[in-house]
Amino acid sequence: MPEAAAPPVDVPRPPRKLYRSSDGRWLGGVARGLAGHLGLPVIWVRLVFVGLFMADGLGALLYAAFWFFVPLGVGGVGSERTPAFTTETAQDGRRRLVARKPDKGQIVALLLMVVVSMVFVGNVNLAGNAKAYLWPTLLVGAGVALVWRQADNARRARWMEAGRRKRTLNLARAAAGVVLVGAGVTGIFVLQGSAEHLGSILQAALAVLVGIALLAGPYLVRMTQDLSEERLMRIRAQERAEVAAHVHDSVLHTLTLIQRNAESASEVRRLARAQERDLRAWLYRPEGNGKDEAEEPGTVGEAVKRSAAEVEDKHGVPLEVVVVGDCPLDDGLSAQMQAAREAMVNAAKYGGEGGAVQVYAEVEEETVFVSVRDRGPGFDLDSIPADRMGVRESIIGRMERNGGTARLRAVPDGGTEVELTMKRAEKTP
Amino acid sequence: MSDEQGKPDATEASAPETEPVGRHARVVLVDDHRMFRTGVQAEIGRTETTGVEVVGEAADVDQAVTVITATRPEVVLLDVHLPGGGGVEVLRRCAPLMAAADNPVRFLALSVSDAAEDVIGVIRGGARGYVTKTITGTDLVDSIFRVQDGDAVFSPRLAGFVLDAFASTDAPPVDEDLDRLTQREREVLRLIARGYAYKEIAKQLFISVKTVESHVSAVLRKLQLSNRHELTRWATARRLV
Repeated sequence: MPEAAAPPVDVPRPPRKLYRSSDGRWLGGVARGLAGHLGLPVIWVRLVFVGLFMADGLGALLYAAFWFFVPLGVGGVGSERTPAFTTETAQDGRRRLVARKPDKGQIVALLLMVVVSMVFVGNVNLAGNAKAYLWPTLLVGAGVALVWRQADNARRARWMEAGRRKRTLNLARAAAGVVLVGAGVTGIFVLQGSAEHLGSILQAALAVLVGIALLAGPYLVRMTQDLSEERLMRIRAQERAEVAAHVHDSVLHTLTLIQRNAESASEVRRLARAQERDLRAWLYRPEGNGKDEAEEPGTVGEAVKRSAAEVEDKHGVPLEVVVVGDCPLDDGLSAQMQAAREAMVNAAKYGGEGGAVQVYAEVEEETVFVSVRDRGPGFDLDSIPADRMGVRESIIGRMERNGGTARLRAVPDGGTEVELTMKRAEKTP
Repeated sequence: MSDEQGKPDATEASAPETEPVGRHARVVLVDDHRMFRTGVQAEIGRTETTGVEVVGEAADVDQAVTVITATRPEVVLLDVHLPGGGGVEVLRRCAPLMAAADNPVRFLALSVSDAAEDVIGVIRGGARGYVTKTITGTDLVDSIFRVQDGDAVFSPRLAGFVLDAFASTDAPPVDEDLDRLTQREREVLRLIARGYAYKEIAKQLFISVKTVESHVSAVLRKLQLSNRHELTRWATARRLV
């Protein structure tokens, strides 16, 4: 849904369009929205409504009409006072919006409404007969307000994708609204003196309701199903468009390059691998798509994958990476990652012709283990001239200086394996 | 290639392709990309050298079920993403064939997908293994025979996924036998994830290839039967693309 990506609260609203405010509202957000639209302090609008309410309940009618016809929006006057939503970074690294808890204003508003109603009831001089109907009417009004207000909340929660509120609470609210309305209506019946017919009236009403449900039910169910299906299709289409927009350009670009470099096998392979990696990252990465490539890797998994991708690009040898578990990088682990990178470079340079280089990283409770394995001719550390410091310094030396261990060994059936183990600075779950 | 005892050596790139084949497997290819089916067919379908005979192809779930029921192959190469419900749906509808007492049909998932929940999904659906589409023809033939024998086939990536999914959690297991991997099974999986072939693993751990196979089969069984909810939660947590 387009509203799902609602702008932050402090973005200026497009002018000249009336919305009800969902932020800092007391009841339906009518007053706040109106105040925002007219550029008046919200308290004035509220006072006007209260004043109109005194005029034979005109304010209430007006308010209800606004509530019914004006769509709910975000913002309104003074909404920057308290941000209604804050972002919080969840454990899995994704950000989500968190709704602010309802503030004291709403409780004050409720109390105020009760007081105003009392005053109204006390002041209005109606004929004794009509006055008796006031309480039931107020009850009905309160029930309706409760249910409407909830519908607003549900809608807002859907926009903000923060609708994790307890279902039971919502159900309780709806039930309370229904009970209030029911009580009010019953009260009116009782007052009309038709209490003795109440049973038969209820039966008749129930019969009519069941009849209507039978007649209209299938249509209603069908309609809601169609609606939700249509919404689902729209969401899908939008997702597809987003994927297409990303994939389209880069793939076409790569295909063009491949056609142009058709005679250079290594270049074609490099391009194809790079494109494959890009697509995979985009399609299957668990969180967030389109992460910036230039960003520094923050975890072991990211760092290993990044190094492998770079080595693959540079040397044209495929590297198969398997990562088990993940944890944030610390100093020791960064050194280990650099050593692992050296090992990957060596494997790609000297052992790449034997097939894909296998990179395995496992984050354990206390240590991080990385193995880089090639299927090349293998090599013997002792036979390497002493002036070639690459392996000794950049892998073994680096690991040992940082308190880790490195082990190089020839695999019996050909190839070399480098095993790097490093202690984690601290255990972070 | 494979030897006669159903203990195929793994991934010997040096093995000559013209080696006489002592065995035979009837295979159905299920994949919605015709080009890919053609490629696989060309690579493994030379029956006289590979011993693999492609007896049928299918491009969607309905077709797959029809073809598999009609031909009763020994092994089905099954893509994860298929029109009509995906590989999982094929597995569900072919469950009686998989459970058949004589000549059961075995499934090997062959996918380009990297997504853990796809892979774990088909394995939990009853597939005997999972390999990626980048696999070489020789390795694929080898995997087909291994699956035909009832063994499990774990690619390094699948081993990684399994290690990840079974990683120790604070929650007590529902079923101690199923919800945990033994030390030995973890070791074997780790070596698979590091790119070792079964034979190399056997050498490394001083056990026989048969023992390696039984460890891998035990892991597969746990993966398919384990009812701990972490597995599902783990996959769900990674579903958010």
